[in-house]
Amino acid sequence: MTTTDHELAIVATGLRKAYGDKTVLDGIDIQVPAGTIFSLLGPNGAGKTTAVNILSTLISADGGQARIAGHDLTAEAQAVRASIGVTGQFSAVDGLITGEENMLLMADLHHLSRSEGRRVTAELLERFDLTAAAKKPASTYSGGMKRRLDIAMTLVGSPRIIFLDEPTTGLDPRSRHNMWQIIRELVSDGVTVFLTTQYLEEADQLADRIAVLDGGRLVAQGSAEELKRLVPGGHVRLRFSDPVAYERAATALRETTRDDDALTLQIPSGGSQRELRSILDWLDSAGVEADELSVHTPDLDDVFFALTAGTATATATAPAPAPAKETVR
Amino acid sequence: MSAPAVTHVAPATHALRDNLTMLRRNLLHARRYPSLTLNLLLTPVILLLLFVYVFGNVMSAGITGGPADRGEYIAYIVPGILLMTIGGTAIGTAVSVASDMTEGIIARFRTMAISRASVLIGHVLGSVIQTLMALAVVLGVGLAIGFRPDATPVEWLLAVGLLTLVSIALIWIAVGMGLVSPNAEGASNLALPLMVLPLLSSAFVPVDAMPGWFRPVAEYQPFSPAIETLRGLLMGSEIGTKNALLTVGWCLGLTLLGYFWSKARFNQEPGN
Repeated sequence: MTTTDHELAIVATGLRKAYGDKTVLDGIDIQVPAGTIFSLLGPNGAGKTTAVNILSTLISADGGQARIAGHDLTAEAQAVRASIGVTGQFSAVDGLITGEENMLLMADLHHLSRSEGRRVTAELLERFDLTAAAKKPASTYSGGMKRRLDIAMTLVGSPRIIFLDEPTTGLDPRSRHNMWQIIRELVSDGVTVFLTTQYLEEADQLADRIAVLDGGRLVAQGSAEELKRLVPGGHVRLRFSDPVAYERAATALRETTRDDDALTLQIPSGGSQRELRSILDWLDSAGVEADELSVHTPDLDDVFFALTAGTATATATAPAPAPAKETVR
Repeated sequence: MSAPAVTHVAPATHALRDNLTMLRRNLLHARRYPSLTLNLLLTPVILLLLFVYVFGNVMSAGITGGPADRGEYIAYIVPGILLMTIGGTAIGTAVSVASDMTEGIIARFRTMAISRASVLIGHVLGSVIQTLMALAVVLGVGLAIGFRPDATPVEWLLAVGLLTLVSIALIWIAVGMGLVSPNAEGASNLALPLMVLPLLSSAFVPVDAMPGWFRPVAEYQPFSPAIETLRGLLMGSEIGTKNALLTVGWCLGLTLLGYFWSKARFNQEPGN
């Protein structure tokens, strides 16, 4: 069976998984078109790794169905495995042997001929900047190098669908940007990437579609732009150093949110030129001068916190007595 | 990069190739980190030298009732020490399987279109080869200190076959033990009986010399029949149908038990 560009590389409906009483995935639906990057975004413990483990045939779901590259996940597990490559959260390299031996091991397991295996190994080691370290045991590699070797090993069989479970967790900023570049190059070759991350910036940078997973449920799904539209619009923030000017502005301007401690005012605004001008006009007519004016458009952080706030605050504040400030609400 | 042909089924030739690939991986591990194998090899060699040169005279006098002659005891003890060597290297198998299972690469293997059993078969084949090499070393030490077997070429062949069968059986059991252990230490503890059982067999003293209540245990446990059979093949002592049958029975039984136990355990989902 071949997949065309318009086909769905991954389709999952109603995936469920529980360990004892603890429900890890509570019926999630996922659709990933071939040749795109899909990002499953969520805090630690949201069920991201469980979702990857199920879709990559490592563990079985308690309920629901999924097709990967057109093959049924349970009935045709071996065919699914032949179409996918997986780089898990914990490095899946053999630390006892060298980077090159790790690559050749993959080539052998993909039943490549000896010469083909050597060629692919040399090519990928070069591409991932590992040629110099090729003869050293993988256990001596740095975190970033291990992750690169891990992905290089995943690519040996030229999989059409690649699962990357938190590929940049624990990497320094430079290695993280290198990894982003690698992931972008993957899709330019037409590969489908299923990526999990707890970093909003990463999903924003890479993904065509983002699904936000929280407590085993998908709480939102869409492009980064679509998700940003889900939360109430942006605002203009005015900061004052003079309490008198602050008070005068607060009375003159309606619809503001006050922060008396920081002497800042937040005015709902989409940030358009017209809206900014009217704010400035108000300030002028009231005769106040703000020390700083900044425009804030909603980013994925706002979306993330808005969507996952319920469970996060519930678990965070439940055991501890609420601080005095909170009782006002 | 050209895409290799995608295979949806793993035919027998692929399974065979996967087994050989995994064997190569395990031999590579053993070659890079030989300390575990060497450690386990040391125990039977030390015991052999200790029992021959320190206790040899007493033992031989005790067994034969005749004059103290450590040369005669060498002939008695070497077959037992050889089987003890197998038990010792099998502990190494349990340890290396347990530590291998904690490696991330095992999860990768599980998501690849390979023959799953090859991960285990690679360990078994690698360990059998290492065990046979260890046996050659121990036998070499035995020959150097005066072990003089009178076996015919056919008997030698049968002896090698016997040692291989016992190795396969104990190694499959050890693989199972490695799979159920959470870490290397646990595996080493769980597999300890493989080293202790030879001490409770006819390796060092004949079963007849043991207290009556203990004799059945020593007589029917896996090591004694195998030791007696090997003694017969190498030294021409009487084997007896009972020992031959018990040896074959134990080997087949343990191999099947170890194989199915290991396979079931490995196919279990991680994290359960």
